[in-house]
Amino acid sequence: MGSITLSKVSKTFGEAKVIPSIDLEINDGEFVVFVGPSGCGKSTLLRLIAGLEDVTGGQIKIDGRDVTDAAPAERGLAMVFQSYALYPHMSVRKNIAFPLKMAKMEQSAIDKKVADAAHILNLTDYLERRPGQLSGGQRQRVAIGRAIVREPSAFLFDEPLSNLDAALRGTMRLEISDLHNQLKTTMVYVTHDQIEAMTMADKIVVLNRGNIEQVGSPLELYKSPRNLFVAGFIGSPKMNLLEGDYAKAKNGKTVGVRPEHIGLSKDSGLWKGRVSVAEHLGADTFLHLDVDGIGPITARAGGEFGASYGDTVYLTPDETKLHRFDDKGLAIRA
Amino acid sequence: MARKVTTGAKIGWTILAWVVALLIFFPILYALITSLKTEQEAIAGFSLIPSGTLENYITVQTQRDYFKPFMNSVILSVGSTILALIIAIPGAWAMAFAPGKRTKDILMWMLSTKMMPAVAVLLPIFILFRNFGLLDSRIGLTIMLTLINLPIVVWMLYTYFREIPGEILEAARMDGANLWKEIVYVLTPMAVPGIASTLLLNIILAWNEAFWTIQLTTTNAAPLTAFIASFSSPQGLFWAKLSAASTMAIAPILILGWFSQKQLVRGLTFGAVK
Repeated sequence: MGSITLSKVSKTFGEAKVIPSIDLEINDGEFVVFVGPSGCGKSTLLRLIAGLEDVTGGQIKIDGRDVTDAAPAERGLAMVFQSYALYPHMSVRKNIAFPLKMAKMEQSAIDKKVADAAHILNLTDYLERRPGQLSGGQRQRVAIGRAIVREPSAFLFDEPLSNLDAALRGTMRLEISDLHNQLKTTMVYVTHDQIEAMTMADKIVVLNRGNIEQVGSPLELYKSPRNLFVAGFIGSPKMNLLEGDYAKAKNGKTVGVRPEHIGLSKDSGLWKGRVSVAEHLGADTFLHLDVDGIGPITARAGGEFGASYGDTVYLTPDETKLHRFDDKGLAIRA
Repeated sequence: MARKVTTGAKIGWTILAWVVALLIFFPILYALITSLKTEQEAIAGFSLIPSGTLENYITVQTQRDYFKPFMNSVILSVGSTILALIIAIPGAWAMAFAPGKRTKDILMWMLSTKMMPAVAVLLPIFILFRNFGLLDSRIGLTIMLTLINLPIVVWMLYTYFREIPGEILEAARMDGANLWKEIVYVLTPMAVPGIASTLLLNIILAWNEAFWTIQLTTTNAAPLTAFIASFSSPQGLFWAKLSAASTMAIAPILILGWFSQKQLVRGLTFGAVK
C-alpha cells in the first residue's frame, strides 16, 4: 500500500513562501511526476513528503496515517537522490544492506534480499566494489537497490537522472518504468525534464512557484492544458502562443498551436513564412520561421521535408487542435 | 590554463624554500649539536662541530628519570586529544549539519578564546585547580589541555564535516538510521581522514603545550615540557644538558610527525584543495 495525501501543505523558509498551500492525492501504485521549472518547489514538496523538511502548515497522510510530524525513517518511504548519496566507505553490498541493517534484520535474510536486488538491477558482479569504482548508471542502480530492499510503501525520486549523460538517461528511464511495472509500488518522481515526465508518469503534477498548475495524465496535459503555463511547459518543441488579430479572430486573448499541428506546404497555405533555422533530427525537422503578420513560429515537418535557411514555406494551422486562452491565461473550453 | 614557470624562477623558488626550511629547522639542529657537546664547549661560542659526547644524555637520564615525564606527555596528549574529539565530534556535527542563526558567532567566539593570552586567566585557573585538588594531577592537566585545544578541534572537524554532502546523511536518515547510528556508521567513517589529521595535530599541540603544563605541575604529572624547563634551574643554565633534554623531549613527536606528514598535510589543506 502506498497512498499519499497532502492537505493544505505549506512551507516557508524564513521570509520566502516556497509552497503557499497544496492539496494533492497520490493513489496507491501510481507513478506520479512533479515537474516544473527550477525553483518551483517540486523538490521541496518531495522533501516534505520524505520528512527531510518540516511542513510549516497542513497535513501529510500516508495510507491514511498522519505522518506530518513523523521522522523520515518512520514513514516507510525510500528515496533516491540526484547525487545518488551512496555511502562512499561501504561496498555496494553494504550500501544496499544498510537500511536492512538499520531495521535490525537477520543477516541471512539481509543476504538474500541484497542478492535479489542485485539480480534485478544487474549488480551481482559489482557487490564487493566501492561506489567510487562504479559508473554513473551503476551508482544510480545501487541507489535504487538500496531503496527497493526496504520494500517501501512508496519510492521518492529526486531528479535521479540529471547527472547522467543523454544516452544513459534514456536507458535508465526505461529501467525505472520497468521497475514500476514489476513492483507496482507508488513512485513519486521529481524532474525539470518534461520528456521524463511525459514518458514515465501515470499522473503529472505541474508546479509553478509553489502552486499546482494542473494535475493529469500526460495526454490530458498535452491535449487540454488548463492555462498558458502548462501549455508552454508541456510539449517539445514548445507550443506557439499567438496574440493579436489571429487570436481575436478566434475569440481569445492568446491562441496556442503546437508545432506538430501546423500543415506545411511549399506552394500555398494560410500563412507565408521564411525559414530562419532548420533543425534536422532525421525523422523530424523542426523549422523556426518568421511568419508575415504573425511573428516567429516553430513547426514540425517530416524528415524528408527539404527546407533550409531563407526558403519560403506556407503554413496552415490545424484549426481543430487550437488552444484558446482568455486574458487571465486560462484555457477557454468548447 | 597552466601557468608557465621558467627554469630560472623554479630554481629561485626552490632555493628560497630551502633557506626558509633551514631557518625554521636550524634551532632544532643546533639543539641536537649542542647536546653532543660538553658544557664548556656549549658556552664557548658558536660552533657547528660537537665533540660527540653522549655524556649529557646519560646525565639527564640518571639525574632525572626521562620515562616518567615521557609517559606523562603521552598520557596527557593522547588523553586530552581523545577527550576533545569525543566532545567535538557531536558539536561539530551539529554546527555543520544543523546550523542555527548564531552558529558562525559561536565558532568565532570559540576561536576568540585562543586569542586571549593564557596568563590572563592563570590566577583564576590556578585557584580553581587548587580548590578542586587538581594541581599536579594528570586528570586536571588532561582536562586543561582538552579545553585549550577544543576550539581548534571543533574548527577542524567542522571544516571536514562541511565537506561531506548533506544528501548522504539524509539518505541515512531515510534508511532508518537514528542520530547516533548516522554519526557512528556514516559520518564518522566518512570523516576518518579529517578526524585522523585532527587527532595528529592535536597530539602535537598538546605535546608541545608548555605554559599550563609547567604552571600547573611540579613532579607527579609533569610532562616533558616541564622536564626540559627543570634544567634551567636552580643551579644556573646547563646548556648542553638542556639541549639533550630538549632533543629527547621532541624526538618522539618529530618521529610521529615524520611518519604522519602525508596525513597531516592532507588534513591541513583539506577543503582548500580538492
